[in-house]
Amino acid sequence: MGWLKKHRFLILRRLTQISMIVFYFAANAWGWKVLEGNIGSSLFLGTIPLADPFAVVQMSAAGALLGLDVLIGAVIITLFYAIIGGRAFCSWVCPINMVSDAANRLRRVLRINEVERRVVISRHLRYWVLALSIALSAIFGVAAFEFISPIGMVSRGLIFGIGFGGAVVAGVFLFDLFGVKNGFCGHLCPLGGFYSLIGRFSVIRVKHNQEKCTLCMKCTTICPEKPVLHMIGKRSEFVAMGECTNCARCIEVCDDDALNFNIRLFKQQDKE
Amino acid sequence: MVKGKPPPLSERRRFLLQALQGIGLATLGAVTWSAYLDEAKGSKLFLRPPGALNESDFLSHCIRCGLCVEACPYDTLKLSRVGDNVPLGTPYFTAREIPCHMCDDIPCVPPCPSGALDAVLVSKIDKAGTTKLDIGMAKMGIAIVDSDQCIAYWGIQCDACYRACPLINEAIVIDHSRNDRTGKHALLVPRVVPDVCTGCGMCEKVCVTEKASIFVLPLEVAKGKAGSNYIKGWDEKDEKRLETQRGGGETTVTPTSSQKPVDYLNDEEF
Repeated sequence: MGWLKKHRFLILRRLTQISMIVFYFAANAWGWKVLEGNIGSSLFLGTIPLADPFAVVQMSAAGALLGLDVLIGAVIITLFYAIIGGRAFCSWVCPINMVSDAANRLRRVLRINEVERRVVISRHLRYWVLALSIALSAIFGVAAFEFISPIGMVSRGLIFGIGFGGAVVAGVFLFDLFGVKNGFCGHLCPLGGFYSLIGRFSVIRVKHNQEKCTLCMKCTTICPEKPVLHMIGKRSEFVAMGECTNCARCIEVCDDDALNFNIRLFKQQDKE
Repeated sequence: MVKGKPPPLSERRRFLLQALQGIGLATLGAVTWSAYLDEAKGSKLFLRPPGALNESDFLSHCIRCGLCVEACPYDTLKLSRVGDNVPLGTPYFTAREIPCHMCDDIPCVPPCPSGALDAVLVSKIDKAGTTKLDIGMAKMGIAIVDSDQCIAYWGIQCDACYRACPLINEAIVIDHSRNDRTGKHALLVPRVVPDVCTGCGMCEKVCVTEKASIFVLPLEVAKGKAGSNYIKGWDEKDEKRLETQRGGGETTVTPTSSQKPVDYLNDEEF
């Protein structure tokens, strides 16, 4: 039971990630009508369109006058993450999350983190890649990131067959394992950057209770976006930075109940 | 000047250098990425689903969701994977493997959420004013016959493509002529009617030669272009362009030679 409690959110996350892939796969293979399409754009329950808002932004920058369905779908997704989920896409939906989590796990097992040789890149790089995606989309008239996105490759690959896309996924894995810790998701991925920006003011947030904190720092060790936990042991407050993916690993590893999900309503926060 | 340790970087210089570094790396990334995009956009030898916008518009509109692929009852459509030499993740088909079966209800087009497949391009308005899907309007490509390898051109009797064509005797017709080699037989050869052919690829699929001698190419690759300066004088509609066309209509004036025509006969060079 202890193990279950220590991994409750992780299990839930794997469940959502895998069940989405299963539904997508079943839609293609057996015609299930639960979730059709793939992570770029889908049809939920045969009626509700969903679409990747970042892809829609790129396509619009490329000069496309898009169909109503993808526009509505993009609005639905944007509102969901902006109001409720924050950057939850990255840790609850994106299939690459399992790849980068696996690389991270292996890093800890092999103790690669303790090796001196480091590749240092800025976490702000993703915003540069984001800007570049939109600029290149406008210049070339195609959605630039969609041409190279490992996320799309994996998502389509698991549903329709992956081909050499497997090499790209292996690339992400190796980069995260031997290159930079959380290299792809935490530094490069413009989609993560995009969701960091739109999820900044979401309601569901992790909250730190400084009075309970014993400064064991397990949370900052496990956190894939370490800078977001800058308040640990210092102040009781919400994890407010948009880069937090709501993966809840910090909540699980904390033995002192000093971190928990909470509803952030801005009025209350002002009073505190 | 005494050679020694250079002074520490000033704040301003450090800032400028960092900015320069950022700009430099961003340029490096942009150049590499651009090169790839340009290369990826350059590939053209594949067929798109019916109702697809022209290739450059298609590429900017397609969100790569695969709903058209899932809707296709014959598994004709595929989403391109790395190494397929088709812009990544976009739908295409290979006629020699599985051609388009030209379904009457065109199930692949309506699910498209982004408008990359446009129902208007494959719809007809009938006399009652209702819009109806019409697969006959599809322009996925055009069939081309290699008359050098098509065995019908050798005088061997084969009409596999003609028979397989969903628009039999419309999109592919049989031309007959005398077989000069034998002197006593006829050549019965297939000819594609460009306006009618939808590019479904049924003919390419059934072609009996080792590598298909009738094959579908995308319009952009297969079609020539006469240019607007040619006007079909025998076509009333085309002739009208004379009135509306702007530009490209300049008159060329060739000066008349001052010499007499007879002089040229007496020319030394003649």
